[in-house]
Amino acid sequence: MPTDLAVFIQDRAREHGGDRTRLLDVVRAVQEAFGHVSSEAMDLVAQALSVRRVEVEGVVSYYAFLSREPKGQVVIRLSDCPSCRIHGMEAVGAAFEEALGIRFGGTTPDGRITLEHTPCIGLCDQGPAALVNEVPITRLTPGKAREVSRLLVAGRTPWDLAPKARDTADPVARVHALVDSNIRKEGLVVFAPMPPGQAVRKALAGTPEAVIEEVKASRLCGRGGAGFPAGLKWEFARKAPGDAKYVICNADEGEPGTFKDRVILTENPDLVFEGMTLAAYAIGAAEGIVYLRAEYEYLRAHLEAVLARRRTEGLLGRAVAGRAGFDFDIRIQVGAGAYICGEESALIESAEGKRGVPRNRPPFPVTVGYLDKPTSVNNVETFCCAARVVDTGASCFSCVGSIRSTGTKLLSVSGDVARPGIYEVQFGQSIREFLEMVGGEDAIAVQVGGPSGTCIGPAEFERHIAFEDLATGGSMMVFGPGRDMVQVAAWFMDFFVHESCGWCTPCRVGNVLIRERVQRILAGRGVPADVAYLETLCTTVKKMSRCGLGQTSPNPVVFGLKNFRPAWEAHLGPDDGLNPAFDMDAALADAVRIAGREPVHP
Amino acid sequence: MDKPKIATASLAGCFGCHMSLLDIDERILKLIELVDFDKSPIDDLKTFTGRCRVGLVEGGCANQENVEVLRDFRKHCDVLVALGDCATMGGLPAMRNGIPLRECLEEAYRDGLTVHNPSGTIPNDPEIPLLLDKVRPLSDVVKVDVFLPGCPPPADAIWEAVTALLEGRAPNLTYDQLKYD
Repeated sequence: MPTDLAVFIQDRAREHGGDRTRLLDVVRAVQEAFGHVSSEAMDLVAQALSVRRVEVEGVVSYYAFLSREPKGQVVIRLSDCPSCRIHGMEAVGAAFEEALGIRFGGTTPDGRITLEHTPCIGLCDQGPAALVNEVPITRLTPGKAREVSRLLVAGRTPWDLAPKARDTADPVARVHALVDSNIRKEGLVVFAPMPPGQAVRKALAGTPEAVIEEVKASRLCGRGGAGFPAGLKWEFARKAPGDAKYVICNADEGEPGTFKDRVILTENPDLVFEGMTLAAYAIGAAEGIVYLRAEYEYLRAHLEAVLARRRTEGLLGRAVAGRAGFDFDIRIQVGAGAYICGEESALIESAEGKRGVPRNRPPFPVTVGYLDKPTSVNNVETFCCAARVVDTGASCFSCVGSIRSTGTKLLSVSGDVARPGIYEVQFGQSIREFLEMVGGEDAIAVQVGGPSGTCIGPAEFERHIAFEDLATGGSMMVFGPGRDMVQVAAWFMDFFVHESCGWCTPCRVGNVLIRERVQRILAGRGVPADVAYLETLCTTVKKMSRCGLGQTSPNPVVFGLKNFRPAWEAHLGPDDGLNPAFDMDAALADAVRIAGREPVHP
Repeated sequence: MDKPKIATASLAGCFGCHMSLLDIDERILKLIELVDFDKSPIDDLKTFTGRCRVGLVEGGCANQENVEVLRDFRKHCDVLVALGDCATMGGLPAMRNGIPLRECLEEAYRDGLTVHNPSGTIPNDPEIPLLLDKVRPLSDVVKVDVFLPGCPPPADAIWEAVTALLEGRAPNLTYDQLKYD
């Protein structure tokens, strides 16, 4: 641990030129080096970056990976995503607690090891999984959890838990030693080979407008889930006035059950950077940012190595691919653990070193984005598609898929399936075909697009994966026979309560109320009136929330009540006017203890 | 034909709502023509004698007995009315909800400035119902059909509510009957 906090902070601030927008990098460094960002540290950071103390505290208190109170030198973050839960995460958690002698949220008495839950870390196909500091540990069992605990208690470092990765110098081999990419089906867009620079050179042979026209002609829609036409977004950004423009790659995939970006960035980062470079040429940007979720820190060295190689190949930096006047480079901005930063305006706020809360829109980022300049924020996969479009031509790209959803889509498949992993499929696949492909024919439910998406039962398995029918950013969670869909909804509500940014009341309070009532029903203390209450409340939260989070967070309950009504009704008590949520024994427990006598029952 | 029956109770309340009920003045004679009183402090019947059309319950639930009386009302009444603010939201008694029960008892019976209790004992006769950890509004314990706000609700509001419910229609309360500042 560095000895002098003040010197450490001054050094970090100097590395970033005292730039206020790099606040997140500075506090992340402090967190990593000192285990927390103390009150004193916040004062020093505020001085070093010439910001107000409250801005620093605002950031530190906002992100899950930053803390004001000391944490252990080693933080174990066990993913509590449903796909990890249904593969035994709770037994793993119990084994950690027992072996370390602490509860979740606690730190060992010597202050060395902290144990926490964390939302989905994008390892759903090899869960239960945990991050030990930045090191991912997959396929956990209670036995493996005890072994990990034993090694850490004995003073080993997180990297000692993955000796093969630790002893591997090559960055991509190191990632492969940590996690499996699990590509089950390769398609022609994302996982097909392309020599670095090929698409960039083709683009530079024409005008920026020609690139935009080609992408528009391909009818490529954004792959993050919302499906906005990528060519149109670039055109808006190009036409927006601004002396500087930015390209941002949204690699903050946090929707539970999504892990495709992890695999793209592992297996084909060149294609992503290729697409970013095209976008920069198209809109007239000189700087690009990859906003990488904190949970994927272990990919960073690999990505930096690829960026460095592309610089030596002349594909980044001054005069890209020999084109005088086209300068473009990319930096990686690592987040700090906040799902909402996947929303593009919240991502921009975060990249500017602030709390990652969504902005009011309009204006949209294409006109007022990063540093208030026109900015195109695109998904990792979208950049890959765009590079392929420019390389092979729009007609080749749009000849697969459906009319309104061209090309291929990466699906991150997890849950009760024989073959979890990554599949690159053509748009238009039916859910039934999908289930045959992944080995989940007996599914009772498929969560399409994560908890904020759609959850359907067998009656709708003939529907298709496409923007015009079942849109998905890639998350496909399959639930097999015997799964309690009310329990699944309760887990997802835990997630949204945790991830609400807190700005607007419908989302901050409404999700808590929804969760409370779902848990009441799950505990067998619900009545039919609770279902009506939930339907009203869900409508209110969806209609009144400020951003996409609250506008979709009630979906697990909405679709549950719509498509899995019998499962919900099975939990309900009789409608006899007595409220089963009132637990008299619990309400009398204090009085029994104080009076030293049992209640008299009539 | 038998007249419909009405029942009333005061749980963790101050009987102020019942006083307001008596404020209907001479209309009480008309009320007696309309209904028979079943379990109620007004006729001092301690147990239900049969099914009631309307149950008026004042006060929230502060102890086990309150809960049992309330559940009994729910079972016997077609329409259950939460009469007044304590029944609706817990009211003044719910001010203790932020204080641990033991501290409440010690303050009330031993430590309060005006308490004279040389032995320091806190009443604990088996006849005394045990207190709940928190004072609950009625709707926390049973399904409530009608909430009549006010501390107390004015007599005119009670009269309108009761006569409307007996006629099987929704009460039509004027702004003045619902405005309390």
